[in-house]
Amino acid sequence: MEQLIQQVASGLANGAIYACVALALVMIFVSTSHINFAQGEMAMFSTYLSWQLIQWGVGYWPAFVIAVLVSFVGGVLIERTILRPLHTAPILSVVVVFIGLLAVFNSVAGTIWSYLIKEYPSPFPKEALDLAGLIGAHQVGVVIVTLVVLSALYVFFRYTPLGLAMRAAAQNPVSARLAGVRVDSMLALGWGLAAAVGAVAGMMVAHIVYLEPNMMGGILLYAFAGALLGGITNPGGAVLGGFMVGVLENLVAFFGNVIEKQTGVYIIGNGEKLTVALIIVICVLTLKPSGLFGRVVVTRV
Amino acid sequence: MTAFLEVSGLKAFYGQTQALYDVGFALEKGGITTLLGANGAGKTTTLRAICNMVRAEGRISFDGQPIVGRPTESVVRLGVAHVPEGRGTFTTMTVDENLRIAAYTRGRSAKADVQQDLDMVFEYFPRLKERMQQQAGTLSGGEQQMLAVSRALMLRPRLMLLDEPSFGLAPLIVQEIFRILRRINEESKVSMLLVEQNAALALDLADHAYVLETGRVVMAGPSADVKNDENVRKSYLGY
Repeated sequence: MEQLIQQVASGLANGAIYACVALALVMIFVSTSHINFAQGEMAMFSTYLSWQLIQWGVGYWPAFVIAVLVSFVGGVLIERTILRPLHTAPILSVVVVFIGLLAVFNSVAGTIWSYLIKEYPSPFPKEALDLAGLIGAHQVGVVIVTLVVLSALYVFFRYTPLGLAMRAAAQNPVSARLAGVRVDSMLALGWGLAAAVGAVAGMMVAHIVYLEPNMMGGILLYAFAGALLGGITNPGGAVLGGFMVGVLENLVAFFGNVIEKQTGVYIIGNGEKLTVALIIVICVLTLKPSGLFGRVVVTRV
Repeated sequence: MTAFLEVSGLKAFYGQTQALYDVGFALEKGGITTLLGANGAGKTTTLRAICNMVRAEGRISFDGQPIVGRPTESVVRLGVAHVPEGRGTFTTMTVDENLRIAAYTRGRSAKADVQQDLDMVFEYFPRLKERMQQQAGTLSGGEQQMLAVSRALMLRPRLMLLDEPSFGLAPLIVQEIFRILRRINEESKVSMLLVEQNAALALDLADHAYVLETGRVVMAGPSADVKNDENVRKSYLGY
């Protein structure tokens, strides 16, 4: 029983990270209908920036804040310079650009910092956050940080005029323009926020998966599964989906172990976690493409 | 003296297709002008050209300023409120949010003003007040049209562009909306440019009328004269 609780708790911690990346994906998707395949690599790059700052002697939290701010600006700039000219381009061109961005970030990070795996520090004090050995201090910290970020975003989108304008621009750009909202700026802002949220996820997960240019590959896949599961058109759903995928992958491994112990037959275990994510993606896409909380979008032709 | 809204030699294009060839008209401050014409005559396109939602050439001046080529948002910020075809509802947001979006450009210092404008809007359309917290997509067609007009009002416009406000609505609702449009024009001193399929209704409300045919103005004059024109009567009024 204790093990089960442990697994669920650490699943929530992983899920928190997936939730952040899923939210970043959804923020860009709802306003542009594009999935940013480079989201993970952008987060990885931000994480390297913070690591570099820490190496130069900057404290963890100042480095964290600087990396988030730089990522925000970077996101805005990428939208303005690279994606703005592609506003009316066919979807395949955009996909190719995203994959190009992915490759560029990956290889630039590799060139600057090498592909060697690096340790990344955890900022959370071991003693203060230790919950009876059930779940590590870093995991508790991750959940707290992501919950703070997610709530802040919720408040921003739900209760501020700028958040309202951003939602309006995403939902109905034509009407938003007619209400005087500068839709293009809102898009750029959305990219900035997505990059910043991704950066938070990267810096939180780096202590667990270690820092290397390919560290976000699996995470992006889990996040994508979470976003699809919750509904790619629904930010709240995507966050919930992220948490669900995190818990689910741990439960699958846990019950696989239990079965193996009792029957001696290995059916499923830690090694198949990523497979589970892919199965979720396929099931959602075939059975309920709009996800659990998504909206069915009907396009008039 | 130049008119409040003055359009001349207006051409507009959808991709390679030319929709307007030579549209020109003028609108006096405080007046209501209507554009009539059959389907495809270019009425909606003319409104879109004013807000720079289609590619346009020619001259459009609003309150003395040329506005061709200005981004939609900045035309809106000059005081031009466009109530679009299809009503442009933000369907998953509440009625309250739909209205507040239009007050976004005023910034945060204007809280009291926004509340005052909301009260004015609810005075015109009491039904919207009852539905404040309801999702806008669940409103009836008439209520969504009222919401669209209200959203335009929240911009504190000097000119309203109305694209077929009667479209798809029951006659009683249409009468109600047109009655309120007249009140808005008289009480809030908003000039209006109205596009309508329902010519009888439009000619009653408007003081001036222009008839469009395949992207050109073919007739113009005070509403009463246009109403009495034999061709207009046969083609658009049906008697």
